[in-house]
Amino acid sequence: MSDTVKSLSQQLQAGRVSAVELAQDYLARIKGGNAAINAYVELNEAQTLEEARAADALRADGGGGPLTGVPIAHKDIFCQTGWHARAGSKMLESFAAPYDATLIERSRAAGLVTLGRTNMDEFAMGSSNESSHYGPVRNPWQHAAVPGGSSGGSAAAVAAGLAPAASGTDTGGSIRQPAAFCGISGIKPTYGIVSRWGMIAYASSLDQGGPMARTAEDCALLLNAFAGFDERDATSLQRAPEDYTRELAQPLAGLKIGVPKEFFAEGMSDDVRAAVDAALATFRSLGATLLDVSLPRAGMAVPAYYVIAPAEASSNLSRFDGVRYGYRAPEYSGLDDMYAKSRAQGFGAEVQRRVLIGTYVLSHGYYDAYYLQAQKVRRLIADDYATAFAQCDLIMGPTTPTVAYGLGDKTDDPLSMYLGDIYTTSVNLAGLPGMSIPCGFGAGGLPVGLQIVGNYFNEACMLRAAHRFQLETDWHARTPQE
Amino acid sequence: MSRSNWEVVIGLETHAQLNTASKIFSGSATAFGAAPNAQASAVDLALPGVLPVMNRAAVERAIRFGLAIGADVAPRSVFARKNYFYPDLPKGYQISQYELPVVLGGSLAIRVGEGADAYGKTVRLTRAHLEEDAGKSLHEDFHGMSGIDLNRAGTPLLEIVTEPDMSSSAEAVAYARALHALVRWIDICDGNMQEGSFRCDANVSVRRPGEPLGTRREIKNLNSFRFLQQAIDFEIQWQIEQIEDGHKIQQATVLFDPDSGETRMMRSKEDAHDYRYFPDPDLPPLVIADDWVAQVRAALPELPAALAQRLQAECGLSPYDAAGLTASREIAQYFLDALAAAGTPAGAQLPKLLANWVMGELAARLNREERDITASPVSAARLAGLVARIADNTISNSIARKVFEALWNGEGTDADAIIEAQGLKQVTDVSAIEPIIDEVLAANPKSVEEFRAGKEKAFNALVGQVMKASRGKASPAQVNDLLRRKLGG
Repeated sequence: MSDTVKSLSQQLQAGRVSAVELAQDYLARIKGGNAAINAYVELNEAQTLEEARAADALRADGGGGPLTGVPIAHKDIFCQTGWHARAGSKMLESFAAPYDATLIERSRAAGLVTLGRTNMDEFAMGSSNESSHYGPVRNPWQHAAVPGGSSGGSAAAVAAGLAPAASGTDTGGSIRQPAAFCGISGIKPTYGIVSRWGMIAYASSLDQGGPMARTAEDCALLLNAFAGFDERDATSLQRAPEDYTRELAQPLAGLKIGVPKEFFAEGMSDDVRAAVDAALATFRSLGATLLDVSLPRAGMAVPAYYVIAPAEASSNLSRFDGVRYGYRAPEYSGLDDMYAKSRAQGFGAEVQRRVLIGTYVLSHGYYDAYYLQAQKVRRLIADDYATAFAQCDLIMGPTTPTVAYGLGDKTDDPLSMYLGDIYTTSVNLAGLPGMSIPCGFGAGGLPVGLQIVGNYFNEACMLRAAHRFQLETDWHARTPQE
Repeated sequence: MSRSNWEVVIGLETHAQLNTASKIFSGSATAFGAAPNAQASAVDLALPGVLPVMNRAAVERAIRFGLAIGADVAPRSVFARKNYFYPDLPKGYQISQYELPVVLGGSLAIRVGEGADAYGKTVRLTRAHLEEDAGKSLHEDFHGMSGIDLNRAGTPLLEIVTEPDMSSSAEAVAYARALHALVRWIDICDGNMQEGSFRCDANVSVRRPGEPLGTRREIKNLNSFRFLQQAIDFEIQWQIEQIEDGHKIQQATVLFDPDSGETRMMRSKEDAHDYRYFPDPDLPPLVIADDWVAQVRAALPELPAALAQRLQAECGLSPYDAAGLTASREIAQYFLDALAAAGTPAGAQLPKLLANWVMGELAARLNREERDITASPVSAARLAGLVARIADNTISNSIARKVFEALWNGEGTDADAIIEAQGLKQVTDVSAIEPIIDEVLAANPKSVEEFRAGKEKAFNALVGQVMKASRGKASPAQVNDLLRRKLGG
């Protein structure tokens, strides 16, 4: 199996390898492997090696922490000095942020070394990474398949062994779904745990950054670095710092796992069902109890999500107007034409679709029927989860109804693509933590993801369950041969 | 056409720039006049990924305002995004408050007019909400392009909205002046109208008595009381003429052109933006705890209306005097300081005399030299010393003006020293005045004759002669007395 963050950390701490050696090794792998999958959109060898040298120097001085010198790839949505932040868009092709996102700042403070910037759906809008202006990412397991999205570049880079870990963001499933499609682990924490400062906004009330890696244990180590209160983000939660690895050694005896029947309904493919059922059986064998729970309003999550997220996006993306930075149409007549042409040329089709939907649902006369109604549904979904969590510790089910589909299969049918988010969006709407871990393979030898949802701030328990599962299985250790 | 057949209905929306050191959602400075974009941070520029964080000092000022107008401070209010595209609006939306503002209700007492026609009125307030200002578009000196200065972007504003309670431009101006005085009094806004710190939008409509409300037009961005008055007066006249000519008023936003004195249409209702308001997901609801409100209340200064009441009750001042002395906190403080320095005795006349001097001689002199009362060369204590000498008849009013002039010019440490040094003390010794009167009577037999024939004017002429002969030092009252006795009147 490829190296994990944990093993690299141990090797660095034991002095068996230097940060520079690790960086060079990964940069060489990227050189060899990236062209086939297009996971990275920006590399900067000098920058990477400078960070690696600094990490080695720190370690040589007896400083640094467990992650000092461990390489990481960052999703192109986080502002990071020294790099572009293009968010997969032509609109930001020339944009380089003059400041670091908090996640980047914390990543630097932990000593993580940036390998490069990973591809993504434009402004995180997409479930297949096909909306990126910088070309689609290919699934390392099968290059004709999509890697999922929007954090498709991050997922593919980790799956292909081009990075031991990566940052991602998740608005309706953008960490979990690509993690599932690419056979890796990824966690979206409780909303407010990871600061959104410097993370280019898609839908502010849903966006949440988090780590993607091979194992749950790696995710816990990285979440320790990423999480924390930030006064620059008014939605960041002021809580005592926690060690997300603290429960990893505890067994699962007595753990109550709720299985919502709504997650095993129509639309779920047989291969996914079989893999998830087997995973649940494994949890039972590890001492956990399975019980049926119900999320009666879960079916309303996709429609509610595709009202709320575009509404916020339509407003969040208004700043991309060609006035101060970013793309401006070369020719225009007057101000309104400059706006119209710059945005029509700078944004891709999916972004324009969502901006239009969002503008529509917020319009006078439609606001009550769409936006307000969707907010009510959002509360009902959160209520459903609250009822379920009164009976169980964790909720488990499939991350996606099917394994990764083929490139181009759904690009002409956005609705069917949206319906692929059926199990993930409700978690964002409720603000709960969710993760995906590999639990088998389905049609075409493509990975299947198991989704684990926890109650608010219950990340440590989710990570424990995932870790104990990974001690028992080797799905996470499999690597693509393509 | 006659205005008397028409009722005018006016409501005002005022933007008061809050005098916080930093912006409402970023740490940038708010000082006026810096080089373009020198005070624009990543947040003000709306770079990708930036987030707003509420400035507590702006909220504190909103609470202060709410308490000062007797309104409810909302325990929970919500920031909303007002979406529209404009080059000086960097995010493509303005963060404001829409459905749930921070201040609800309240009222402001105003005095309209002067003298016998003056009357009091209470203007009800609908709400006041927090929002951010936009930047500025600069249309000169860019050779066909526009420049954008984002220094002002994100400056905190309190938008204060009235009910349509005013029925003339005079009432609107009286309200605007009272509000202007109040926001300065409670120190939430510097009130600088040239710099745009305090600007009004006026909603104006007319109707015939008994009819439902007419269609309103909104006059935007009036940044002086004079323009406010002129714009409203023009608008009223224009609307009446339109209706009397058989036209209907269309809802519209208009601008006032100070050069022509006219309003002209900016956009009609059809062109009105759909702002697509929705709660800002970047900012949690603004929760204001009761104890915070209590703290702010405890720190609030005595308000102008309360002080005016107190001055009437305790000092016997007229409503006019009380209103004048509470026109600004600085004037009020000067008066209170002078009153304290004068002490309580010296007769009931003293506060009234002092009020006359503060609003009369002192105000005129300050005005003439364009000085603020806080920079008056004549301190409150010195003015008190001077007025005390008038009250106890040591000097007359006319001599007092000479002493005031000397004090203004820094001659002598106080009124007493000047009176002493220049020998200005009023002469009240009868034996000193009688010879002067006798001389004057002897020298003006014609006036004496006329007075005896019933001409009161002749008497005044004689008083004047005596005062002149005494070089102003005689007491006018005493001269009056003695003269009448001598003339047997």
